[in-house]
Amino acid sequence: MAGRLAMDVSVAVAEAVRLANADVIAAYPITPQTRIVERLAELVANGQLDADYIPVESEHSAMSSSIGAAAAGARTFTATSSQGLALMNEMVYVAPGLRVPIVMVVANRAISAPIALGNDHSDIMSVRDSGWLSFFAENGQEALDLTLAAFRIAEDPEVSLPVCLSLDGFILTHITEPVLMPDQTEVDRFLPPFKPSVQLDIKDPISMGLWAPPDVYAEARKAMALALFSAKKTVVKAFDEFNRIFGRRYRPVETYRQEDAETVIISMGSISETAMTAVDEMRDLGHKVGLVRLRLWRPFPEEELLAALAGAKNVAVVDRHLILGCGSGPVGLEVKSLVCNSGLRPNITNFFLGLGGRDVTRANFKYIRERAAGVRNQLRAEFVGVYE
Amino acid sequence: MTKPAVEAIAKVGDLPLGFIGRPKRSRAAKTGDWRSVRPVLDRARCNYCGFCYFYCPDGVFQDMGEEKYYQADLDYCKGCGICAHECPKKAIAMIQEEV
Repeated sequence: MAGRLAMDVSVAVAEAVRLANADVIAAYPITPQTRIVERLAELVANGQLDADYIPVESEHSAMSSSIGAAAAGARTFTATSSQGLALMNEMVYVAPGLRVPIVMVVANRAISAPIALGNDHSDIMSVRDSGWLSFFAENGQEALDLTLAAFRIAEDPEVSLPVCLSLDGFILTHITEPVLMPDQTEVDRFLPPFKPSVQLDIKDPISMGLWAPPDVYAEARKAMALALFSAKKTVVKAFDEFNRIFGRRYRPVETYRQEDAETVIISMGSISETAMTAVDEMRDLGHKVGLVRLRLWRPFPEEELLAALAGAKNVAVVDRHLILGCGSGPVGLEVKSLVCNSGLRPNITNFFLGLGGRDVTRANFKYIRERAAGVRNQLRAEFVGVYE
Repeated sequence: MTKPAVEAIAKVGDLPLGFIGRPKRSRAAKTGDWRSVRPVLDRARCNYCGFCYFYCPDGVFQDMGEEKYYQADLDYCKGCGICAHECPKKAIAMIQEEV
């Protein structure tokens, strides 16, 4: 089943996991799950994927099982969303410390309360600081491609860390799109068999993630911080290799018509496609506006982002998660913190868009450009399109 | 008074991936010095039932075989007193360690 096919993006991700020949899939079928694990259950039951499918009793157990499986040397995949990711939280933080390369796809949906199922980034931001590499996909092809790349990056001995891939819930996960499905031989060339850097083995027993007293905990955490920062080299290398084999080029940070832009908008995920259309329309009206899209979120791509913002007078940062009690969203905070001591002095404004599944439109981006070019010294991020 | 220099027990670059440990490291950690009381066996009362051997959370008791008693390895015994509590013959007394 290779070639150009129309399929649900969730199913395309499941097919990528099949092509990656995962050994263990652990998942809990709570709402809000997606068809990713449903399709993987079918593939395993039908004998199309030789893997152990563990139907666990909760999301906390899904991550615990994934950690155990990866520690035993299995190529391990799980997927979750929203409240499910929240329930996983304790174990999500354990995986990077043990240096086990799990791949997790998160269908980004709003966190309760009030109860919501719509797309925003409030779920994934709860694990922002956990030590996982974190990517955001823009479309179905990218969801498939980055799932394959995630295994390679996570398992690289230079990285040996878990990777999560964010897909906008509903907007990507439940939409049928045309995708180029690679064939197995191409995938096998890109993704070598998993050789664990640390592994549980009854012949050579080890304990993982031992107790760290105060005189070594800070050293252990700093080692993780350095490992995550240096993982970016492997990300770039894997993207280069992906381009060589599959002919599709990805970068940690993508730009669109930003070279001569006075106002640069920063976005993550599927809304970037709407933003590019909006940029085209604004350019037609003579506005010097461009777009910077963050594909890599952790480690934060500092150099790439500063290079992309070098010529901007105004920077408009879109956030899809509220940090309650803080004036900025997570992306806004990150950009301000990065730019502050960089020598660049753009006017930075921060906007909340598309919370809880609210549609993000071209008109929203036009409004943002106008505001970003006009407002100065904004202290608190502005809610766009909220009725008051 | 200047503070004495603190010697690092491990540096960032020396730590094993995944903060792992191997069994020999716990054997090397002689936890007997945590103890404030030590088990002392009255061999006249001991009937060699093995409760101390099975109940000890640290597995410090060694089966002395022919001699028909169990010997606590004081390099690892933390002095919890579970052996004395469980002994059906009250053959183990917990004696205060001298400081």
